[in-house]
Amino acid sequence: MSEQMADPKVDTGLADPAARRALTSGFDAVPGAGKPDPILVVDNIVRQFGGMTAVDVQHLEVQRGLITALIGPNGAGKTTFFNLITGFDKPTTAGKGAHWAFDGRTLDKTSASSVAQAGMVRTFQLTKALSAMTVIDNMMLGAQNQAGENLLKSMFRGTWAKQEKEIEAKADELLARFKLFEKKNDYAGSLSGGQRKLLEMARALMSDPKMIMLDEPMAGVNPALTQSLLGHIQNLRDEGMTVLFVEHDMHVVRHISDWVAVMAEGRLVAEGAADTVMSDPAVIDAYLGAHHDTDLGDDALLTDEALEEIAEEVAAEDAEREAEEEAEGLR
Amino acid sequence: MDTIQFILNGMMREALSPQTAAVAIAVIGLNIHFGFTGLLNMGQSGFMLLGAYGFAISISNGLPMILGILFGFGAAFIFALVLGAPTLKLRGDYLAIVTISAAEIIRYVGRSALLVDFTGSAQGIPGSQYTTGFRNLSFFGTGSFTLIPFNYTDVADGAAWVRIIGWIVAIAVIVLIVMRFRSGNAFKGLLQSAGMAGLLVFGVLLLFFLFPVPYQSTGVSGWWVRFVAWGLALLCTLVVFLLVRSPWGRLLRGIREDEDAIRSLGKNVFSIKMQALIIGGLFGALGGMVYVLSSSVQPDSMGRSLTFFCYTALLLGGAATIFGPVLGSVLFFAGRIGIKYTAAAYVPDSIMSNQQTEQFSYIVVGVALMLIVIFRPQGILGNKRELRFNV
Repeated sequence: MSEQMADPKVDTGLADPAARRALTSGFDAVPGAGKPDPILVVDNIVRQFGGMTAVDVQHLEVQRGLITALIGPNGAGKTTFFNLITGFDKPTTAGKGAHWAFDGRTLDKTSASSVAQAGMVRTFQLTKALSAMTVIDNMMLGAQNQAGENLLKSMFRGTWAKQEKEIEAKADELLARFKLFEKKNDYAGSLSGGQRKLLEMARALMSDPKMIMLDEPMAGVNPALTQSLLGHIQNLRDEGMTVLFVEHDMHVVRHISDWVAVMAEGRLVAEGAADTVMSDPAVIDAYLGAHHDTDLGDDALLTDEALEEIAEEVAAEDAEREAEEEAEGLR
Repeated sequence: MDTIQFILNGMMREALSPQTAAVAIAVIGLNIHFGFTGLLNMGQSGFMLLGAYGFAISISNGLPMILGILFGFGAAFIFALVLGAPTLKLRGDYLAIVTISAAEIIRYVGRSALLVDFTGSAQGIPGSQYTTGFRNLSFFGTGSFTLIPFNYTDVADGAAWVRIIGWIVAIAVIVLIVMRFRSGNAFKGLLQSAGMAGLLVFGVLLLFFLFPVPYQSTGVSGWWVRFVAWGLALLCTLVVFLLVRSPWGRLLRGIREDEDAIRSLGKNVFSIKMQALIIGGLFGALGGMVYVLSSSVQPDSMGRSLTFFCYTALLLGGAATIFGPVLGSVLFFAGRIGIKYTAAAYVPDSIMSNQQTEQFSYIVVGVALMLIVIFRPQGILGNKRELRFNV
């Protein structure tokens, strides 16, 4: 227990922004780029729902000790990707070349609970606070290796009372950090949406994760709280934890992430530092479409010539995509 | 006056009956399933029947009682494993479907002519074949007695006013006890606990004073069976109390709220659910064994309706509470007899015959279950706050 507790707080030297910039400037800004010290390596994860391919990620590495943002338009497959690597869903390619490893440990066939035990803890887009339990009960559920969770020992208080006290002290500390301490004995269902997000994040931290995966942590959170949430996330990074998060708000992404991976239509289309990746043509295409700078209200667009021009362009693009796919198929 | 005394005596006898205690034990198990873990077990009677069969068949075939008990528990254990393994990974509704069918399968196999040598098919196994050993354990001696020899007839010749005052005091005591339980700190601190214990003892003594019930000391349905049955019910309540206050109990409630959240925190949800299913099933088996101690093993007496009585008792007392199952069972069975006797006494035979009062009492019970679920889903002792936020 104590060993685990100390583990995530290793000094990676990445609390210094300059050091982080120096590190990320060495990464290739291409999708699936290799990293010097990846904590998570994902290979060939495909998830199909019937004929629709929701996720098709060939290769992705997540650098240890950084905040990596995963962005992409709606339906890009970000949450499905999260579910796949945390064991809440199974890739269609499972057993057929899907590999992913966390911190050197292969996770190809691991259940959601073992993934969390390995040190990769996630939160959910729709917050899963346990409403009919108190905030402190929620928190204490997060702690790992509790003796009292063993059925045989649970009846004898002596076997777990001491550990319970330690866990509660730790929970109190985290609650204080997330400004939920006054709510300690309230039911989680009485918290506001933003507070539930905080509670869920604090609960995930109770398990001393090496990497925390946040699925839209800012959705539905008011701006003031967003600021403090961002502060918390950065603090986690500065303590040596790896953060991977899904987010829609570009300001947030630019503000805190060290590295950004962009998904569109299930594929990884771009990677890069936060300030440069947004100008990547693939990203602009994914988010805004190729004709994002055309004024749709412009009557000139309605002339036959203009329409033909666009049709040609579309045909050319399609041909290009087909050629690409063919090339991939041959490879 | 005498009619009312008769009705209340009947309710008292039913409340005290070993079968009420047996159902209370089964409801305690169901409370672990449904109340704490959120497992929709619709086949608690199947666990009870297996416990009863394991117990009765072993003993009637000459095995010692301790082995009979172990076989009863073993059968329920395997039943829980077999039911849980395929269904606990699926959504909760599937467990309900599987358990209700499996319980019916057990009952039909029990009453089929195929196993008549063991189960006695629909006739069942008469109690005389397996209860002798249990009665021989009794240290109550022979003869019969009334629990407290001093009762209302000894005060002013049992005048009406003595009884009316007694009834009012009894109702006040019961209400007070329930209120203390609901406040949630009935047993916090030495003084509170002592006061509560005193109140409980006083309440029980008062009830025995008002409704003297004579039984044989050891006979087929005497004080010995009642003593053991209620002793076990209290023991089970204590065990559940110890279990659910622990981190394990916290996990159960967490699973009831949201399995995926618990999974994301690195807990093996399947294993915990399986443990809960087994523990609750073992309580069910114990309930089944107690159920048949004062009667016989009849498959049809432990069918679907018994499961639904269990649910009614649980919801009446309050799911996810410690004392709810016992309180609910006592109120359920006493209340049903009260309705039946009242209908028999006050409704003319031309409107409702004596036979119909029995059915009428079950109709009222059904309506009561619906009303509880609609207007008071947390039951008598339940915590409204635990239910309020379920959206």
